[in-house]
Amino acid sequence: MKKPLLAFNSKGIYCEAADVYIDAWKPVDKVIISHGHADHSRWGHQKYITHHDNVPIVQHRLGEVNIDGKAYGESFIINNVKFSLHPAGHIIGSSQVRVEHQGEVWVFSGDYKDEADGTCIPFEPVPCHTFITECTFGLPAFKWKPQAEVFEEINQWWKQNQTDGRTSVLFGYSLGKAQRLLKHLNPEIGKIYTHGAIENMTEVCRSLIDLPITHLITRETTKAELSGNLVIAPPSTHGGTWIRKMTPYVTASASGWMTFRGARRRRAIDKGFVLSDHCDWNGLINSIKATGCEKVICTHGYTDIFAKYLRELGYDARTEKTQYESPLAPKGGI
Amino acid sequence: MKVFAQLIKTIDSTNKTNLKVEALADYFQQASDEDKVWTIAILSHRRPPRPVNTTRIREYASELAKIPLWLFEESYHIVGDLAETIALVVPDSQQETEKSLTQYLEEMLALKKESDDVKKEYLVSNWKKLNYYERFVFTKLITGGFRIGVSQKLMTRALAKATGIDEEILAFKLMGNWNPNKITFQELILEENEADYLSKPYPFYLAYAIEDQPSDLGDPKDWLAEHKWDGIRSQVIIRKNQLFVWSRGEELVTDKYPEFEEFVGKLPNGTVLDGEILAYPNNQIGGFKDLQTRIGRKTVSKKLLEKTPVILKAYDILEFQGKDLRKKPFAERREILDQLYADFKDDVAVFHLSEIMEFSAWEEMTKEREKAREIKSEGLMIKRKDSTYGVGRKKGDWWKWKSDPFSIDAVLTYAMRGHGRRSNLFTDYTFGLWDNDRQELVTFAKAYSGLTDKEFRSLDAWIKKHTLERFGPVRSVEPFHVFEIAFEGIAESKRHKSGVATRFPRMLRWRKDKKIEDANTIEDLKALIPK
Repeated sequence: MKKPLLAFNSKGIYCEAADVYIDAWKPVDKVIISHGHADHSRWGHQKYITHHDNVPIVQHRLGEVNIDGKAYGESFIINNVKFSLHPAGHIIGSSQVRVEHQGEVWVFSGDYKDEADGTCIPFEPVPCHTFITECTFGLPAFKWKPQAEVFEEINQWWKQNQTDGRTSVLFGYSLGKAQRLLKHLNPEIGKIYTHGAIENMTEVCRSLIDLPITHLITRETTKAELSGNLVIAPPSTHGGTWIRKMTPYVTASASGWMTFRGARRRRAIDKGFVLSDHCDWNGLINSIKATGCEKVICTHGYTDIFAKYLRELGYDARTEKTQYESPLAPKGGI
Repeated sequence: MKVFAQLIKTIDSTNKTNLKVEALADYFQQASDEDKVWTIAILSHRRPPRPVNTTRIREYASELAKIPLWLFEESYHIVGDLAETIALVVPDSQQETEKSLTQYLEEMLALKKESDDVKKEYLVSNWKKLNYYERFVFTKLITGGFRIGVSQKLMTRALAKATGIDEEILAFKLMGNWNPNKITFQELILEENEADYLSKPYPFYLAYAIEDQPSDLGDPKDWLAEHKWDGIRSQVIIRKNQLFVWSRGEELVTDKYPEFEEFVGKLPNGTVLDGEILAYPNNQIGGFKDLQTRIGRKTVSKKLLEKTPVILKAYDILEFQGKDLRKKPFAERREILDQLYADFKDDVAVFHLSEIMEFSAWEEMTKEREKAREIKSEGLMIKRKDSTYGVGRKKGDWWKWKSDPFSIDAVLTYAMRGHGRRSNLFTDYTFGLWDNDRQELVTFAKAYSGLTDKEFRSLDAWIKKHTLERFGPVRSVEPFHVFEIAFEGIAESKRHKSGVATRFPRMLRWRKDKKIEDANTIEDLKALIPK
């Protein structure tokens, strides 16, 4: 039997023909990185290849590494295998990885969403024979509303909190979600403050996208300054001492997990906005259809259920174990 | 319905009790009177009977969502709430409904008698029409169990805020049997109605548990103690030559305990006793297992009455000669009760008294507690002499000091996802003990409580990584973790694989220091059964 073009081994997704890894989770010689989230761009590889826009992000996270930036659609050949990066629409600088060898095409989706979010180039389906897809939200219970509606709700919520004399604290992951929130919050309502982790990452992204002014919260920031304004903070700050400065405040989280009432109640967050950087159920199915693929490999998310459904639709679908986890997902996988 | 769904959305959008009360109080000020009555009914667990069985509901929903039934079921196990799953998977609508909450509930009441086709059409057309929150609330009303983070107490507080009527008076008005379809807001809440009072019980006063030692309670001379009886907490009411027996779950159970008719015509009218219904086979106090043969029976056969009669172990008197005694100190109420008992014990065989004990030192009380199991009690109750009879659970005056539970070390074998705030988290566990050859683990109990949120999260992550097999919502896991399982009672049972039934098993400790070889055996468990 012919060896598969991409195989899943203990270090990551491996292309033997080119001797190169994609999004490896253990240190390897050469790796192609789909995007800047910590579970995909890890420390310790000898040589990194990624999209131009992801280069400053990886450097910010990992320091000085040997890294090469590519444009979308630009092909590069390693040992007779043709690679190219294509927009994944997940966060700024995120790519799908196309791999072609002897007429066979595989695409690794990385993390992706099919809605244009205004902070990065939208997802483009890439025709292939085998599509490796994430399925973080691969259940029919997940359905996203258009982001314009969600941001309307978020801005309304902020206004209402301001009227009630409260500070709005909005939780979001420092890379991706934070910039997407910033891009669509209405700065006419008030000032936007940030936690250090978010301010630093946003500073890196400012060279790539246009974002409104933010104010870093420091020891000198007073309660009175914050009152009625909005704070973007990483989810980990919830329940800690740092956040007490905002009192009186109301909390909200913007994540696909907020679909579940239980998830929000468990985290003791006041308000949940369903806003995700991944595809919802229909988004996954439509994207897979658009690639025209025959084989699907499901990586992280509700893999078993999603693969079973794809088989009912007639795909040759299976699951593979990886070490990718989406932020805020139930710890340990699904 | 629009207003009610909006209320649920607002309550859902906050984690703070005060904001929930405020939202409910606002609602009670603007809703129509009939909607108010239904809202009170729903939030005090008086929902109408389920008009469509849930198997059908699932089929209709998966059909409308255009997904196979198995996929619907998988989604339900992960979401953890049927109404929420349906609201999520069926196609969204942006319309709003014009019908009131009352109209919907009346339709649901009428629906019960209709054919399956009519039921299906009703569900599907409403799911198509309603927006997310309305759809969720509508389905929740149909599937029942309206638990949304509003307790009856919280609802009563909001109602008090909206009407200006005292919270305790409202709690009393809302007790007992009333039909939201027949009663008006005026009759239920606003009017003083003599006739209603005939059968009404008082809200039960509940005790808090002493976790450690009672010595923090101060001078033992300020307290009275008695044994904690293991039966059904009840109020026995004799008014106008009629008997009413209420269980703590606000269920009228008069017909289940015909023995208590003996009280009528003997105890003076206008008497309300608070006590425990206990099984009394062969003229001695039986176990809870004996009492279980009487619970759940609507009609009681003569044979059963002879085999397992019941008595009332009275420990408080809430009304005497038609007067509410709840504001009197406990010691005074007990004097009245003791006198009543002395006067009638020879005439009324089912009337028993829970003996009061006075102690001058806490050590004496500790000794008494050690005897509890021998006399079929669960431990001690400690009540402040000068305490009034309150409403609900309040800290300070009444304490329960239970005997230490039985406990045994068992191995985690299966896990299932939880519901509500534990949805999508594996929190419901099955535990096994070794068989005699220490070869196989035999299931002996399920437990859902006793761990902290943090422990649940870390165990959940472990389970997801160490699943052996999946059986629908259940996963078998690698035998690895040992837990100390505590339980209140133990008895032989033919219905359990282990041959043993335990009462209220829960996780006492996660024994990370123990290996599965160190877990106990079924024989060890059987040795705990009282002879």
